[in-house]
Amino acid sequence: MYNIFNYIEKRSPIHDLTGATKLLCLLLWSLAAMTTYDTRLLAVLSVFALVLFPIGKIKAKDVSFMIGFTVVFLVLNTVLVYLFSPHHGTEVYGTCTYLWGLSGHFAPTAEQLFYQLNYILKYFATIPFVLLFVCTTNPSEFAASLNRIGVSYSVSYSVALALRYIPDIQKQYHEISQASQARGVELSKKASLINRLRSASSILIPLILSSMDRIDVISNAMQLRCFGKNKKRTWYMARDFKPLDYISIIVCLLLFVTSLVLTHLNGSRFYNPFI
Amino acid sequence: MKKLSVKTIVAIGVGAALFFVLGRFVAIPSPVPNTNICIQYGLLSFIAAVFGPIAGALAGLIGHFFIDFSYGWGVWWSWVIASAVFGLLMGIFCRKLKIDEGEFGKSGIITFNVGQIISHLVAWVVVAPVLDILMFQEPVNKVFLQGLTGAAINIVTTAVVGTLLCIAYSKAIPKKGSLKEED
Repeated sequence: MYNIFNYIEKRSPIHDLTGATKLLCLLLWSLAAMTTYDTRLLAVLSVFALVLFPIGKIKAKDVSFMIGFTVVFLVLNTVLVYLFSPHHGTEVYGTCTYLWGLSGHFAPTAEQLFYQLNYILKYFATIPFVLLFVCTTNPSEFAASLNRIGVSYSVSYSVALALRYIPDIQKQYHEISQASQARGVELSKKASLINRLRSASSILIPLILSSMDRIDVISNAMQLRCFGKNKKRTWYMARDFKPLDYISIIVCLLLFVTSLVLTHLNGSRFYNPFI
Repeated sequence: MKKLSVKTIVAIGVGAALFFVLGRFVAIPSPVPNTNICIQYGLLSFIAAVFGPIAGALAGLIGHFFIDFSYGWGVWWSWVIASAVFGLLMGIFCRKLKIDEGEFGKSGIITFNVGQIISHLVAWVVVAPVLDILMFQEPVNKVFLQGLTGAAINIVTTAVVGTLLCIAYSKAIPKKGSLKEED
């Protein structure tokens, strides 16, 4: 089976960080990038994230497919924002400077262009980091890391179960879908939307019913092994923190604090060069 | 938090795996960006109706997180949270249904569909856009258009797929008192 999670096995300082560290950094980084709209911080985050790629030994061709996806979304979203609200920037920054002597509803204003620049920067600040996380974190380590950062172990175990059964269910879905197609269920574009939905459900029903059996079997097996009786459990994939782990967490925490401080200093989430 | 039963834990795991597979490999794109025709919400509503609100919320959260995660386009927390909210509300609305005891008649279908319409509207027209505005400061009308399209498509798919699933599942379970003593 091909690897759905794009994890790339390599040896690098970033791969050596524990999953818990990376998850915590991802959360702090996302929070930092989400709270702020300060151009300077977003630029720092974007550059920083890009610098991390060579350190993690992730090459452009490893992620080219995902970058392609992201660029399409970015372009569509940018265009949509402009079409729907060509004056959003003016509202945000409180001034209105028409460029090139044009005026009217769709005329470009300096504020709008600056807002859209920030919007694009925001993508660059968040997405490369997530990509890096996806490429350097072993999914099996995920559940152990969740438990490490304070999620209760039964919920972490659900995550582990989901990861365990994704390939099985994917295979089963494929088998059922082929069997149904052999019996004449139409799933291609030739059928109308409602018909396609109905034929999709005719694949779903066997899939769900067998999954319900699966749930019974797994939960019986777990109960027989006294799952949930103790307050703690250990994880095969768990690793101990090293100095680099603490450093990374502190750096990400500092970025998050910077983002909060900047929001406070600017008086809003935006950095306003127009006043 | 109340301790989860082993069955709920497994249902969350398998539900999230199903949600992931359906969302990742069976997506049909719609004209508005970032919105797909997602049959996984039919499944999620079914899981929530059978296993309750916590299972629904967590299965949605984990499943949606993994979908975003595997595409690698960044995790859209606002939409991931909206999925969880949908699962949660659906579980609450369907608390009284006894699908796992084989009961899903006309009144069950009505409760299920009214519940799913309200839950979808709350999740996609209230939660997701508001979080988008809070996190990204996107223009209001753009996110509400995305939310409304998402809600409309999801309501239709859940009405078809979710209802059919519930009917099929309830029929597969022997009803209480369906055994008779031989004369």
